[in-house]
Amino acid sequence: MRIALESDMAVHMMVQVPLLIGIGLLLASGVRPYEPRWLTDADWLGIPGIVAVVLGTSFWMLPRALDGAVADPLVDVAKFLSLPLLVGLPLGLCWRRMPPLGRAFIWANFIPKIGAIGGLYLAAPTRLCAYYRLDQQAAAGWTLIVVAVVLGTLWFIAAFVGWPAHGRRQFSPAAPSWPAQWTPPRP
Amino acid sequence: MMPRGFLPLLAIVAATGIVALDWETEGFRVVTSAGARQLSIERTPRLLPDVPLVDQDGHAFSLSSYKGRPVLVDFIYTRCPTLCGVLGDDFHGVLQLTGGAAAGAPLDLLSISFDPENDDREALQFYGDRYGARAPRWRIATPADDRGLAALKQSFGVIIIPDGLGGFIHNSAVYLLDAQGRLARILDPDSPPRLFAEALRVAAP
Repeated sequence: MRIALESDMAVHMMVQVPLLIGIGLLLASGVRPYEPRWLTDADWLGIPGIVAVVLGTSFWMLPRALDGAVADPLVDVAKFLSLPLLVGLPLGLCWRRMPPLGRAFIWANFIPKIGAIGGLYLAAPTRLCAYYRLDQQAAAGWTLIVVAVVLGTLWFIAAFVGWPAHGRRQFSPAAPSWPAQWTPPRP
Repeated sequence: MMPRGFLPLLAIVAATGIVALDWETEGFRVVTSAGARQLSIERTPRLLPDVPLVDQDGHAFSLSSYKGRPVLVDFIYTRCPTLCGVLGDDFHGVLQLTGGAAAGAPLDLLSISFDPENDDREALQFYGDRYGARAPRWRIATPADDRGLAALKQSFGVIIIPDGLGGFIHNSAVYLLDAQGRLARILDPDSPPRLFAEALRVAAP
């Protein structure tokens, strides 16, 4: 299993890591009814949660961390534990508490960041990881760029066309249509 | 109004994450494992095992026989189409800069093949002739046994993966041993004058 998901850089980054985060999201939906009050209060606007997600994903995106996970089973275990519990779980719990602008901020940063890292992998003249070849690095770069474009397109659609959300059957845009609903500020 | 537990939770999360990132990047200085290894060796030169080697003329020697002078070491395999050629060119340049095969040169050169199965004496000589290598100033050698090869790979930190075409990809670097036989620097394949300058920097006490 380890070999299947870690022998290729693109698969390691874009399949195994999201799967692990997904496990955390499932955990979150299971645990949510039992969430202690102090946590609901302390995770104000989802800020501590999203900070954990950003720092955790940044860590496991470092080439050194990927190398460590391939080289050392202990590091891999750390990854198998930290991605679901310290990234997926906080993400699942904090997302609903985040205001729309906060969520937009995260998307607006995450999507271009993914694309930029993909571009860096393509542009890098040498291998960034000791355990992956240059062609695997390029494939990972392209995969990241494609994912960024797809996510960006979906987000654009959600913002300006609409997306069926929880409890709503109709499409309704997340952004108010301008200028019909925009009213000038009172002097 | 901010809930009471907000700042403590945020502080704990942010501190944990930043400490972890600081640790993994060696103080926000490296992102790759190669970079981390370079930094670590620069801080603490590493003692190396005394591995027996055999050079292109069939002479047996060991890694410790270089004590007293700095040595530039690289890892190659003679069938390598690309990077090992760059390394060979670099070493050839350093050889020229330091007086060719003449005695009394300030440093030695050593190319170690990690593919002793295919790199027999003839292959080593062929590689050596291509770049003007002459023992004892520049030896092209293989480890005398498998245990030695493993010890070399482990102590130098050489990671070798198959390239999918029957050859190998390795983190090619130029390893600089100081006069006490310790691994003092890991350098990227670079211009011969720069490599020579690094060697002198390490040789000066």
